[in-house]
Amino acid sequence: MVGSRGAYVVYALLVGIGLFVLVDDDNLVKKVVGLNVFQTGVFLFFITAAFRADGRAPLLSATGPFVNPLPHVLILTAIVVGVSVTAVALALVVRLYDEHGTFSERAIREARP
Amino acid sequence: MSHLLPLLVTVPIVGALVPVVLGARRPVLSRRLTAGVLVGQVGLAVAVLVAVATTGPRTYVVGGLPAAVGIGLRADAVSSVFVLLVAVAAAALSLTVRTDTTGPTDSLWLLFVAGLTGIAVTADVFNLYVFLEISGLAAYALVAGRRGTRAALAAFHYLVVGTIGATLYLLGVGYLYVATGTLAMADLRVALAAVGYDSPLVVTAFVLVTVGLGVKLALFPLQAWKPDAYAAATPDVSALLATLGSTVPGYALVRLVFDVFTASFLDAVPLVRGSLLVVGVASVAAGGFLALRQSDVRRLLAYSSVLQMGLVVFGIAIATPAAVTAALVLLVANAVAKGGLYAATGVFAERFDATTVDSYAGLGRDAPLTAAAVGVALVSLVGLPPTVGFAGKWYLAVAAVDARAWVVVVVVLLSTLLSLAYAGRVVERLYLAPAGHGVEPVAADGGGHAAVPSGDRAVAFVVVAALATVLVGLGSTALAAWFAPVVEGWL
Repeated sequence: MVGSRGAYVVYALLVGIGLFVLVDDDNLVKKVVGLNVFQTGVFLFFITAAFRADGRAPLLSATGPFVNPLPHVLILTAIVVGVSVTAVALALVVRLYDEHGTFSERAIREARP
Repeated sequence: MSHLLPLLVTVPIVGALVPVVLGARRPVLSRRLTAGVLVGQVGLAVAVLVAVATTGPRTYVVGGLPAAVGIGLRADAVSSVFVLLVAVAAAALSLTVRTDTTGPTDSLWLLFVAGLTGIAVTADVFNLYVFLEISGLAAYALVAGRRGTRAALAAFHYLVVGTIGATLYLLGVGYLYVATGTLAMADLRVALAAVGYDSPLVVTAFVLVTVGLGVKLALFPLQAWKPDAYAAATPDVSALLATLGSTVPGYALVRLVFDVFTASFLDAVPLVRGSLLVVGVASVAAGGFLALRQSDVRRLLAYSSVLQMGLVVFGIAIATPAAVTAALVLLVANAVAKGGLYAATGVFAERFDATTVDSYAGLGRDAPLTAAAVGVALVSLVGLPPTVGFAGKWYLAVAAVDARAWVVVVVVLLSTLLSLAYAGRVVERLYLAPAGHGVEPVAADGGGHAAVPSGDRAVAFVVVAALATVLVGLGSTALAAWFAPVVEGWL
């Protein structure tokens, strides 16, 4: 389980970086990227929790140890949800860009009638 | 009808495809089918309520798998009330208050209903996340449905904050799974007790789940998205969101705290209970004071919701049967009153171009029926008898006195004063202020007859909602008795 400790650190870093970009960055597209990084960190947490050293895919071999399949299934669902959120977010960003010709949130706020 | 529970979720989801397929080519047929699906959903919700009343709680495992493996659905006395509330509010608002009648909005409306119904009937914490996101995505897109920068920006912020909240909830679910190895609520209830309530994993999971749902409830300090989103959306959408958007996640929070973590968890970790009380006090105070400072009526009402959700959190923190019942009654009370009030802001905006508190001056004479209904709904928010808002606050205050939680007693009384202050501002403008300066009725009506028909139906909705606050208030003992077996089973 040496590798998995490292993965938990990466999970914390990804969540932190994602939130920081979301809060700090003025660029709307980068905010969407930050949201994705944040979500990816959470996905990594689930996958790490399912990890077993030398674990195999449970369907292909009869002898263990197996990697826990349930978190992977959950994360497949969560990834689909994340893609939908990204799509809606980017649609909104495109709409704002069409109106204002910029991705800068500050510029859009100032230009707003 | 053993498939009643899955139908509750699948009917609106499949129904949401109708406007996508037919909306462009056969708009009238599409509208009728959408209305049919919404009314059918009310029928299903009534059927579930009747089934629960006659044969007790119903459970269903999707795909006929064993309960430990499959995805469970469950309807008991509490969840069936919220399913009915979602179905009735969505159908009534769609038939009366809807202004924009395009296919995409119909589709999103149904997806919103599907997501919220799913939250109410799911018995699986991960599925709760999926339904949370389905309803969330529909809500973001509904807010963005209005043209212009303001709505797009508000929807973007709503999306960012809502997604952070849902993802934190998902992380909490991850911690729960790591701690227990299960996701079904019934199994978690047993497994968490075995793991130990003060295990860091369990406490972290509770904090993440509560913060995640707290974003959806707009508890202070997570409320910033709400006034912007509600004020930027079209009136019909903000009425829908205000009625259901925070109510059902509020129900989910009650369910998770008492059905999954249980009251023993609150007893075992006093810090959590203390934090809930602090969040409640902060939400009541911030919601009340910020509501007082708003000039836009819809922003004022959004902050009033922050205050109401603070009271709900008190009910959760006290955790006696009376307090939990109070939390549930307050959720219903807020939903009914806010639905009527937001629909009324739509009527005033459409007929008199009035959106600020000041521009409501004299509308008590120009639109007597709507103004009177607004008055009644505000009375329910303040919590005066005989409305349902009074019933909720009364149960909460009595439970707080019984639990010797004097802070809560004081804050509940203060919340009434704060509510009286902001509601009083609106009522004073409506009835006592001289007719507005330069506020002309937009519709050129001699006696109020020339307004658009949808406006008249909206007025009917406002009046019915105001009557409902009184009728549910008079029947509040029956409502509390209906919740009682489930609430006592939790505690």
